[in-house]
Amino acid sequence: MNKIEVNNLTKIFGSNPQQGLKRLLNGDQKEDILAETGMTVGVNKASFSVEAGEFFVIMGLSGSGKSTLIRLVNRLIEPTSGEVLIDGQNIVEMGKNELIETRRKKLGMVFQQFGLFPHRTVLQNVAYGLEIQGVKKEERNSRAQKSIEDVGLQGYEQSYPKELSGGMQQRVGLARALANDSDILLMDEAFSALDPLIRKEMQDELLNLQNKLGKTILFITHDLDEALKLGDRIAIMKNGEIVQVGTADEILENPANEYVSNFVKDVDRSKVLMASHVMKKPAVHMMDKSGALAAVRKMEDAGASSIFVVDKENNFKGLLTIDNAINAYKKELAIDTVLIEDIHEISPDTPLNDLFGVAVEAKYPLAVVENGKLLGIVSRVSILSGLVLGKEEVATS
Amino acid sequence: MNYFTLPIEEWTNRFVDDWLLPVTGDFFDSISDNLRTFVDGVTNLLIVAPPELLVLILVLIAWKFSGKGLALFALLGSLYLGSVGLWEAAMQTVAIVIVSTLISVIIGIPVGILAATNKTMASIIRPILDFMQTLPSFVYLIPAILLFGLGNVPAVIATFVFATPPAVRMTTLGILQVPADVVEASKAFGSTKWQLLYKVQLPLAMPSIMAGINQTMMLALSMAVIASMIGAPGLGSVVLEGISTVNVGLGLTGGLGIVVLAIVMDRITQGLVRNK
Repeated sequence: MNKIEVNNLTKIFGSNPQQGLKRLLNGDQKEDILAETGMTVGVNKASFSVEAGEFFVIMGLSGSGKSTLIRLVNRLIEPTSGEVLIDGQNIVEMGKNELIETRRKKLGMVFQQFGLFPHRTVLQNVAYGLEIQGVKKEERNSRAQKSIEDVGLQGYEQSYPKELSGGMQQRVGLARALANDSDILLMDEAFSALDPLIRKEMQDELLNLQNKLGKTILFITHDLDEALKLGDRIAIMKNGEIVQVGTADEILENPANEYVSNFVKDVDRSKVLMASHVMKKPAVHMMDKSGALAAVRKMEDAGASSIFVVDKENNFKGLLTIDNAINAYKKELAIDTVLIEDIHEISPDTPLNDLFGVAVEAKYPLAVVENGKLLGIVSRVSILSGLVLGKEEVATS
Repeated sequence: MNYFTLPIEEWTNRFVDDWLLPVTGDFFDSISDNLRTFVDGVTNLLIVAPPELLVLILVLIAWKFSGKGLALFALLGSLYLGSVGLWEAAMQTVAIVIVSTLISVIIGIPVGILAATNKTMASIIRPILDFMQTLPSFVYLIPAILLFGLGNVPAVIATFVFATPPAVRMTTLGILQVPADVVEASKAFGSTKWQLLYKVQLPLAMPSIMAGINQTMMLALSMAVIASMIGAPGLGSVVLEGISTVNVGLGLTGGLGIVVLAIVMDRITQGLVRNK
């Protein structure tokens, strides 16, 4: 079952939301509604679902309605219409006590500006969620202590938030959300206020924690790199609407519209990474002297359906598919007569950015060729992982 | 400009004579009796207690919450009050200030919370506060006498009307100044409204609330002279006597006494804010 399911969720800010909703359902545009009634459509019929244990990222620029959306999920903002199912229960229709109970038991939240209680120590901050549930002091402190250790803040229990750096404050925020032991974590631009190095560190730790604890995470960000790195699936928001939902690869490969592809173009790391960084030694290659049967065997060994062909001096000749190899064997043709030669050849210093379109269209991996010699191949997977993981990871792997 | 006549004077008087006094008289009498017992109790306590003991306590409090300077000032100030024969009058004024501040705070803080958490209430409360602060105090001294008689009690009531608004306003301000993300965080973890209030909003609004209490106390003290016109005993009546007999020396003697009380009370309550 889906942990979170959002159906047709809409939020209209203004004097008469129901009237605005009617216009929206009649197909009026957000801009027209704003111009004619002064009402702002914050979230426009958003639907998505998050599975248990999934890391779901909602990405959008400021003003896209993503922060409103996450607050509709735990009803910090009242939805105008639509439903939010948490473990199958519609939070929109809950009474006051039921809502409080759901927030206590099922939904932890982490805020962009941390939202820590300045008058409470780190320990008291982390224990807050348990304290308001009436958990005894001893138990709540020991549970809080455990989540403080989970985020690596031991030794700071008695400090006050203002004595900590931004990164440490957000660790407190994270520990506070973990202490309740709720299955779902709502994270509103949780790392956006941190400087890049700390941010990266926190992202890595969050992924580790997620692996260890198996939380369902709904994460808001305006940063595509962050979305690609963290998200099992990503929803892209624009003007209050969700314009695309998919895995990182799906979004990079098939941007739903220009808005999304504009984002994709801006993936920072692609500008730095070049083909040589992500290319791999071809799993198999053969001399053009050996026969088709040998090629078939090599493909079988490698579990591949095609193979790059080079001559004795490693000069690139072309690509041999399994079909063509079998065909050549049966008809006793020379291999070089069945080679596919219009393979994309790229130089090792081609930026990944430029490879992107080529990789989407090409049926086969790209050959990295310099002075006629085959240096390696670049698969679609390695382009995408290069974009997502960044230079360091690719270089060390 | 008189296109029509508006007989507010006549209406008000008829309202007071025909309805307010006959119908609610007993009710106000009982409030008046209770309040009188309270104020008299506090006054007697302060007058009966040995002045030396009170001064010792005052000096210690001044030392703890402010410092050596104020402790010394409190000692000298007390010696002054004794030496000009105004100790008892000063204690009467202190009693009225303490009682009216207490009532202002007990009523003002909840009202301030209400105004901060409920927009409708805020729009009702704000004009009432404006009214209380701008209406010349002599205007409500008259009905105060009618309803509560002469003496301490109407003084406390009039002081309450004059001095409560800062307690309300500063409470509201303090709560509204709590950062939105902190309030959101509290709600997101499932706080009830009460938990949000007493675990997050009130502690964070405390400096502002304390400043409001300080202001309330200062305003209460500043009412001392006016209150003496409706028979409240204390330093105010000394000043009033000085005014009405054109006795400049007596006026100054009483006036300096009020200044001494004001400085000591102000510094102690400010110290309370800092110690928080």
